[in-house]
Amino acid sequence: MALAVGCRARPGKGRDNKTGSWRVFKPVFDHEMCSKCGTCQTICPEGCITVDAEGFFDPDYAYCKGCGMCAEECPKKAITMIQEEK
Amino acid sequence: MLEITEGSHAVAEAVRLCRPQVVSAYPITPQTHIVEALADMVADGKLDADYMTVESEFSALSACLGASAAGSRVYSATTSQGLALMFEVCFNVAGMRLPIVMTIANRALGAPLSIWNDQQDSIALRDSGWLQFYAEDNQEATDLHYIAYRVAENPKILLPAMVCFDGFILSHTYEPVDMISQEDADKYLPKFAPKERLDAADPISFGMYATPDYYLEFRYNTDKALKDAKSVIQAAGAEFKQMFGRDYSAMVEGYRMDDAETVIVAMGSICGTIKDTIDDLRAEGMRVGLLKIRVFRPFPSDEVAQALKCAKRVAVLDKNISLGAKGAVALEVKDAIYSSGIPVYDYIIGLGGRDVQKKDIREVVTLAGKGQGNIFVGLRKEVL
Repeated sequence: MALAVGCRARPGKGRDNKTGSWRVFKPVFDHEMCSKCGTCQTICPEGCITVDAEGFFDPDYAYCKGCGMCAEECPKKAITMIQEEK
Repeated sequence: MLEITEGSHAVAEAVRLCRPQVVSAYPITPQTHIVEALADMVADGKLDADYMTVESEFSALSACLGASAAGSRVYSATTSQGLALMFEVCFNVAGMRLPIVMTIANRALGAPLSIWNDQQDSIALRDSGWLQFYAEDNQEATDLHYIAYRVAENPKILLPAMVCFDGFILSHTYEPVDMISQEDADKYLPKFAPKERLDAADPISFGMYATPDYYLEFRYNTDKALKDAKSVIQAAGAEFKQMFGRDYSAMVEGYRMDDAETVIVAMGSICGTIKDTIDDLRAEGMRVGLLKIRVFRPFPSDEVAQALKCAKRVAVLDKNISLGAKGAVALEVKDAIYSSGIPVYDYIIGLGGRDVQKKDIREVVTLAGKGQGNIFVGLRKEVL
């Protein structure tokens, strides 16, 4: 992102801020255990979990802040938070 | 045309000539006469502006922020506690790069409550990213408003500016002031036409948040704009001189500096008293001069170092104090001439309206001659 004078921005510019750098713990999704219920996507406060063609869910690590709510709420315990080394 | 007028009214008239489209302010002593006069002008149809009445200084500057972002030329004025209440908004205005001009009728900060003059209020905002001009007399206070808008609105700068003049000492004093014509003011100060502004048809946000990946760079850019303003101030001052004869092209101004051994450095109305004292001292054979700081932000370090290079000693007078350290001007001057080895003696003077007389300036010169600094001048030890 090139700097704009006065930190001015057009709508949608928030996407340029890659909040993934805030993360300490990273959610890892196990598709074997996943029942495709979509609770993780509903609960994600960042809105960064998307569903693929097969119906499985995955976070966008560029924006995932590692809050762990998806792992906490997953009824199948298919999401594990692991400490991320940077 | 020369008119004998109160400082506040001269400033209000200069502001009218600058054609602000939005004025928002909250009355506070000793700034009140400025905004009263502007409110009258708007009510009488002499100034085509929206005068927004609000319930606090925080709201006043917030209203100004929005109006400036919407593309208007905007004006406010305040002092002391009012400026303190604007603290948060001041930093936002600078970071959003909005060229608001605000007059500060300098007054002490509480506690203890004081309505009288020193320069603590604006000095406390020295780190906010605003340009800061300090006026010695009402002619200078008036003229600096045209220059402030000219510099602030320069597309390469886009920063807010404070024009500071001493409360009561200047704001309530009647002096002859030369007012320029509206035609000349319009020539010097063309219409404000920002490239980007708030517009519902073309949405934009100001001052979006920056992650740690970008914040440092935004601060670098704002600092750079403030430093780049030096050449813009010089050019705006030179053009003003060409049009109106009064020279504000230099950010510092020397008085009887030739062969001066002791140089006093100061800002604001105190410079008049210092000049009179220097005339007396020179008549007695003492080689004393004055270096007046007109622009405190950006701080003209190179110009100060150049002006002081032949001095044997420097005495800095501060009408403010960074409690626990020193006066703000002394700290800057020490920084500017650090490598020269010239001794700098610092004096806190005239806080909370304590009158500064010629005898006080003489005392400072004597103390500097003895190598004594770090002193509150005129401290009444009997009440401590």
